[in-house]
Amino acid sequence: MAKEERQVPEDSLEKDAAGAESIKEDNPLAEEAVEDGGRESGLEEQRRVNLASRWMEGSGPESDIVISSRVRLARNVGGITFPSLASDEQRKKVYTMMNEVVGSQQDKFSSFELIDMESLSSIERQVYVEKHLISPLLARGGRFSALLLREDEVVSIMINEEDHFRIQCLLPGLNLDKSWQESTKFDDCLEKQVDYAFHEQLGYLAACPTNVGTGLRASVMVHLPALVITRQINRILSAVNQVGLAIRGLYGEGTEAAGNLFQVSNQVTLGQSEDEILQNLYSITGQLVKQEKNARELLLNEGREKVADRAGRAFGILMNARIIASDEAMRLLSDVRLGVDMGLLKNVTARSLNELLVLTRPGCLQYLKGKPLSPYERDLERAVQIQKCLS
Amino acid sequence: MLCGECGKKNASVHLTKIVNGGKTEIYLCDSCAREKGELEFPFEGKFPLHQFFSGLIGLVPAAGSDAPASQRGGVQCSGCGLTYAQFGQIGRFGCDRCYDSFGENLHSLFRRLHSNQKHVGKIPARACSHLMHKREIEELKRKLQESVMKEEFEEAARLRDRIRKLEEGVSSGGDSDG
Repeated sequence: MAKEERQVPEDSLEKDAAGAESIKEDNPLAEEAVEDGGRESGLEEQRRVNLASRWMEGSGPESDIVISSRVRLARNVGGITFPSLASDEQRKKVYTMMNEVVGSQQDKFSSFELIDMESLSSIERQVYVEKHLISPLLARGGRFSALLLREDEVVSIMINEEDHFRIQCLLPGLNLDKSWQESTKFDDCLEKQVDYAFHEQLGYLAACPTNVGTGLRASVMVHLPALVITRQINRILSAVNQVGLAIRGLYGEGTEAAGNLFQVSNQVTLGQSEDEILQNLYSITGQLVKQEKNARELLLNEGREKVADRAGRAFGILMNARIIASDEAMRLLSDVRLGVDMGLLKNVTARSLNELLVLTRPGCLQYLKGKPLSPYERDLERAVQIQKCLS
Repeated sequence: MLCGECGKKNASVHLTKIVNGGKTEIYLCDSCAREKGELEFPFEGKFPLHQFFSGLIGLVPAAGSDAPASQRGGVQCSGCGLTYAQFGQIGRFGCDRCYDSFGENLHSLFRRLHSNQKHVGKIPARACSHLMHKREIEELKRKLQESVMKEEFEEAARLRDRIRKLEEGVSSGGDSDG
């Protein structure tokens, strides 16, 4: 019995995408999404939740390997219990504070929208998680948990997450400096009116001891198929871990990185300045890019036709499959992406591949379909969306 | 081979148990194995993360540690009421005052998680202008040292004047590290 349970690979893939199951159960708002959808359509159509984001553009430095860069800052208000232990009253206080900041600095916040978690259906929340705009924790909601989101979805501020505020900036390509500049700018906006929990020795105080100090977590999402194909990835993973950075598969756990997508982030937040943290991540990412490029070069020289064949076959399956599971889709999309990046496959854009990273996730599929779907129904819908997006 | 329990169905599970050095082998069919609970792995998927964390913060006394765990778990935050033992279990602080309440207990934790125990990054401008001031002075002093070493005395004099000016601005505590 236990074995059967483990044979559904999709479950493990979806675990980090919002703990889908747990949300579904306790959410009375799930019906809303049903009424709101029901029609099939592309990204363009007007929806409550936008499906495309700036970070999916496929632009920016090194965008053939680095898909996106993110910086987030953990900030708390002094003298108020952190959200997980806070009373509704305290949570409301924090929420109101954010509202006041938005109200009195309208020049900075004019294109922002405040979205209460309680106003969203479980599927809508999952879509935000899949777009990397909110954490699974925020999606689990709670009173006065909210997302302040800029129109271009580059800057987002989570309210009453693990910390009172989490300021995030997410950009396409290798763009850590710009992400930091944007984040720190909005941090300054908040700080004008909010008395942060700050300690002379320990810096910004956060709910989790792994965030104390700068409260800064910087990360990049990288696509490393050639390092995986040439079996160098394990060596690289351990090397990155040794320099104090964390590297993990973006979807799934351990070295089983679905779609050859990895996330590299800093672990240390205390004792290093923001500059040092970003510099460190930047230079290691540069190394990764270089190694991946070398590996791609090697593949081109030694087996150009093999790589082209692999990409072409992947494209063929993606364009013709009727039922496709999440991990298979991720694997094939990675093959296609490599083919496109190496100039072996034409007529597919990085943008559509990035959009598919999100569109093929369970929350998005259900949102597009306008109702909860069984895993089998999702596999059907996934095939439909892939073909629509790639053709 | 038939199931050792019911003796009817074919055995599909071969179980080897080693308890206190004694080894027993049993062959069971699917349904008997399930009934006996032998197919369940008691810890599967439930790695006790909080225990791991407790170990990290020193709640589980290491060999040779003299303070008993119970005593150390007794510290309570004056702000939110979270005890150190609870902190060990959830791995999260309850409020900003926890950091002071748990004080020295946290040193080894931070040492293990981070490279250092002193924040050197951004400082909130409005709330901590005095801190920024202090840090600016420290930075200028470092530069002063450098320029003296390099025998750039004009630069050194300029820096010295700036430090003096800044230190006059900081009325209290500015000379503690001079």
